[in-house]
Amino acid sequence: MLPASDVVLLSRFQFGMTALYHFLFVPLTLGLSMMLGMMETIYFITNRPIWRTMTQYWGILFGINVAMGVATGITLEFQFGTNWAYYSQYVGDVFGVPLALEGLMAFFLEATFVGLFFFGWNRLSKGAHLVVTWLLALGASLSALWILIANGWMQNPVGARFNFHTMRMELASFYEVIFNEVAQAKFVHTISAGYVTGAMFVLSVSAYFLLRGINVAFARRSMTVAAAFGLAAALSVVVLGDESGYLADLNQKMKIAAIEGLWETEPAPAALTLIGFPDQEHHVTRYAIKIPYLLGIIATRSLNQPVYGILDLVKEARSDIKSGMLAYAALNALQKNPYDKHAEAILNANQDYLGYGLLLKRYTDKVTNATPEQIEQATWDTVPDVFPLFWSFRIMAGCGFFFILLFGIAYYLALRRRILKHRWFLWVAVFSLPLPWLAAELGWVVAEYGRQPWVVEGKLPTFLAASTITSFDVWVSILGFVFFYSLLAIIEIYLMVKYIRLGPGRLFQIEDFSTVEQRNTRSDHA
Amino acid sequence: MLDLETLRIIWWLLIGVLLAGFALTDGFDFGAAILLPFIARNETEKRIVLNCIGPVWEGNQVWIILGAGAILAAWPYVYAVAFSGFYFLILLLLLTMGISRPVSFKYRSKLPQLFWRQCWDHMVFIGGIVPAIIFGLLIGNVILGVPFYFDNSLRFFYTGSFFDLFSPFACWCGFTSLAMLIMHGGLYIAIKTDSSLRERALFWSRSMALVFIFLFALGGIWIAYKVHGYWVTSAINTQDFSNPLHKTVVTGVGAWLTNYQLYPITLSMPILGFVGAILVCITAYRWSRFAFCCSGLGIIGTIGTVGVSLFPFIIPSSADLSSSLLVWDTSSSQLTLFLMLIASIIFIPIILLYTAWVYRVLAGKVNQAVINKEEEKHTAY
Repeated sequence: MLPASDVVLLSRFQFGMTALYHFLFVPLTLGLSMMLGMMETIYFITNRPIWRTMTQYWGILFGINVAMGVATGITLEFQFGTNWAYYSQYVGDVFGVPLALEGLMAFFLEATFVGLFFFGWNRLSKGAHLVVTWLLALGASLSALWILIANGWMQNPVGARFNFHTMRMELASFYEVIFNEVAQAKFVHTISAGYVTGAMFVLSVSAYFLLRGINVAFARRSMTVAAAFGLAAALSVVVLGDESGYLADLNQKMKIAAIEGLWETEPAPAALTLIGFPDQEHHVTRYAIKIPYLLGIIATRSLNQPVYGILDLVKEARSDIKSGMLAYAALNALQKNPYDKHAEAILNANQDYLGYGLLLKRYTDKVTNATPEQIEQATWDTVPDVFPLFWSFRIMAGCGFFFILLFGIAYYLALRRRILKHRWFLWVAVFSLPLPWLAAELGWVVAEYGRQPWVVEGKLPTFLAASTITSFDVWVSILGFVFFYSLLAIIEIYLMVKYIRLGPGRLFQIEDFSTVEQRNTRSDHA
Repeated sequence: MLDLETLRIIWWLLIGVLLAGFALTDGFDFGAAILLPFIARNETEKRIVLNCIGPVWEGNQVWIILGAGAILAAWPYVYAVAFSGFYFLILLLLLTMGISRPVSFKYRSKLPQLFWRQCWDHMVFIGGIVPAIIFGLLIGNVILGVPFYFDNSLRFFYTGSFFDLFSPFACWCGFTSLAMLIMHGGLYIAIKTDSSLRERALFWSRSMALVFIFLFALGGIWIAYKVHGYWVTSAINTQDFSNPLHKTVVTGVGAWLTNYQLYPITLSMPILGFVGAILVCITAYRWSRFAFCCSGLGIIGTIGTVGVSLFPFIIPSSADLSSSLLVWDTSSSQLTLFLMLIASIIFIPIILLYTAWVYRVLAGKVNQAVINKEEEKHTAY
C-alpha cells in the first residue's frame, strides 16, 4: 500500500510552502552576516565609532531576521521525518550525513555565537568581538554549504548504492558526495544569491535614508560597502548560475530541456529560446524568439554538440523504465531468496534504473506485469511542467542581469562620491528591494519543481517518498503552519519597518548623523 | 574501520550523549521559561529571567537539531518511525519550541507596550511547558511500545491514533520530565540572579526535585509490575545488515528490568537519577552551583535509565513485535556510522570548548544594571 495521492500532493505543498518561506530569511542572514563582518573589520582597523554603530544597527535588523530563519529551519528538518518517512528511511544513510554535519560544523557555531554577537559588546575586547562576528558569518555560510551538499545529492545522487538487504540507498563514497560538482556549483550560486540579497537590503535601506536626508554619513558608508560587495556577488551569482546550468545538462537533461522549452532536440549549435509560450499538450513552444548558438555554449560548452529535447529524452526514459522492470523483478527474487546469485547479477547490472522501475508503482503494484499503456503513462510522468519552469527561470535570470547593472552603477556612483546627486538612482534602489527574494524563490522553484517526478533524481519517485499518514494529518499541519507563519510574517515586517524608520540616529540617539552632516559631506572625515 | 557491532554500540551511546546534551542545556531554558510567570512578579524581574537564558538558548537548541540530524544519519528507520508515527506531537513541538519560542525571545522587548509583552510572555511559557511534557510523553510511549509495522519494502505504517499517545503511563512520564526540567531551570535562575527572585527559583527547584523523586520512583514500580516490556527470543547477528524484519520478539510484564538483573552495574543509572535529585534538595540553598551539577547528573541518570531499560530496543513495536527497532538492526551502514563517528570525535570537543568559552564570557549575575547597559544598544531581551 502506498501513501494516498492527496497525501503526497499535500505533503509536497506543505514542504514547498515551508521551504520557500524559510528561504525568505536565509539569504538575508547569509548576506548580512558577511557584511556585519566587513563593517566591524573596518571598525577594528580604523577605530571610528561610526563603523561600530553601523555593525550594531544592521545587527539589530539582522537579529529580527535571524529569529525567523531559525524558527522556520527546524520545520524543514523535522518534515523529512513527519511527512517524508519513506524518503528518510530510503536515503537517510546518505542524505543524513551532510545534514548531521551541518549541525556539528555549522549551525552550532552560528547559534552559539549569535547570542554573543548581541550580548558581547560590553563583555569582549574589540578583537574578540570581531572574531565572534566572523565566526557567526562563517557558521551561516558553512551551514549553507552542507545543506546544499545534501540538496545537490538529491539532484545528482553520486557516491551511493542500493542495498537489497536493507532496501535502501547506502553511502559508497563520502568523497563523491562532498565533491559532487552539482552540489559545489549550487552552493556557490546560492550563497552568492544570499550575498546579493544582503547587499540589496543594505543598499535599499540606505537609499531610503538618503532620500529622506537622515543618517546621511551612516547611509553613505553603508552604501559603499553594499555596492562593492553586491557587485562582486551579482557577478558571481550569474557566472556560477551558468556553471550550474552546464552541470545540470550533464545529469538532468530533462530539467534543462524543460527550462528551455525544448521539445525537439536542438541540433548543434543549439539556439537559446529567449522568450516563448510552451504548450505542454501539443509539445511545442509557441511564439519563440531565439538567439542562435547561445544554448549550445551554455549547456554543452561547445558549438558541435546538440542539446536534447524532451521528446527524445522521453524515448530514453522508456528504455530506462524497461531496464528498471528487470531490476525490480530481480529485487523481488532476492527478497524471497537473498542467496539468488543470478538475480543479484541482474540487479547489479540494472540498479541504476531501479528508480525508473519504481515509477510504475503509481499504476501497478507488481511493476513486473506492467502493461504497455502503464509503461507509457510512467514514461510521460518523467516530463515536468514546462511552462512554470520556463518562465521562473527567465525571470530569475533577468533579475540576475539587472543586479549586475544596478550594483555596477551604485559602485561607480559611490566611488565618484556622487550618489547623493542622483535621486532617481536612490528611488530605483529602494524599489529593487524585493527582487533578490523573487529571484531566489524562483531559483528554488526551478531546482525542485524541475526535478519532478523525482525526489532523488532517477532513484526515488516523489510519490513513493511520502509517509503513510492521512490527508487529515497533513491538513492540520498545513493549517497550523499557515496560521503561525502568516502571523509571524506580519509581526516580522512590522518590526523591520519600525526599526528601519527609527534609523540608527534616533535609535542610538546620535545627533551628528542627521542633517548637519549632509551639508558637510565633502569635508567629512568622521 | 571499526566493526559494525562496535559502531552500533558507540552510536547508541552517542545519540544518548546528544539527547543528554539537549536536556542538560536547553532543559534549563525550558525550566526557566516555565517558571517565568510564577517567579517573576514585575516587568524588571521578567526581563531578568529572560536575559538569564537570552544569550544561550539558541546554541542550546542546536543539541536537538543535531540530535535529530544524527538520528536520521545513524538510525534512519528510527527517524521515520518516531517522526511520522508521533506526527501531532512532533507538530506541537515544532509550533511551540521550534517556531514560536525563538521569536518570542527575540521580539518581546522590541516594543514597550504591555499587551505586546504579555502575549510574548505567554508564548515563552508555552514554548517551555509544552516541549517539556512532550519529550516525556514521547519517552513514555517508546517504553510502552509503539503500534507500527513494516511491509516488505520496509515502508512504515503507524496503526495507533493520536489519543493513544496520552495513556496514563505516558502522561506520568510527561510529568516526570516536566518536574525534572523545572528543577534544573530553577537552579540555573538561582545561580544567575540574586535576592528574592533567587529565593523563589530555589523554592520551586527544590519542590520539583521532591516531586521528581516521587514520580521517578513510582514510574519505576509501574514499569516493574504493570508495563509490558519486550525481549528478543531469536538469535541475533549483531554484524548483519540492518533489516528490522529478521527476528522474533515477545512481550511480558517486567521485561524492561532484565538488563538490571543481567548487569547489576547498570543499576547505577537509576541510582544516579535519585541521588542527583536528593542532593538538589539538600544543597540547593547553600551550594547552588553544586546543586545545578547534581541536577545535571540526575538528568543523565534518568535518560540513562530509559536507555538501559530498553536496550537493545530503540523503539519496540506493540502492533507487530518483530518490526521492533533494535540497536542491531536499525543502524546505517558501516561506512556512514564510521564517518559520522570520526566527525563527532573531531567536532563535539570543539563545540564543547567554544560553548564553555561563551558561558565563561557571559558568567555573572543578571540584574537591573546589566539590563540597563544592554538596553542602550537595544540588544537585551
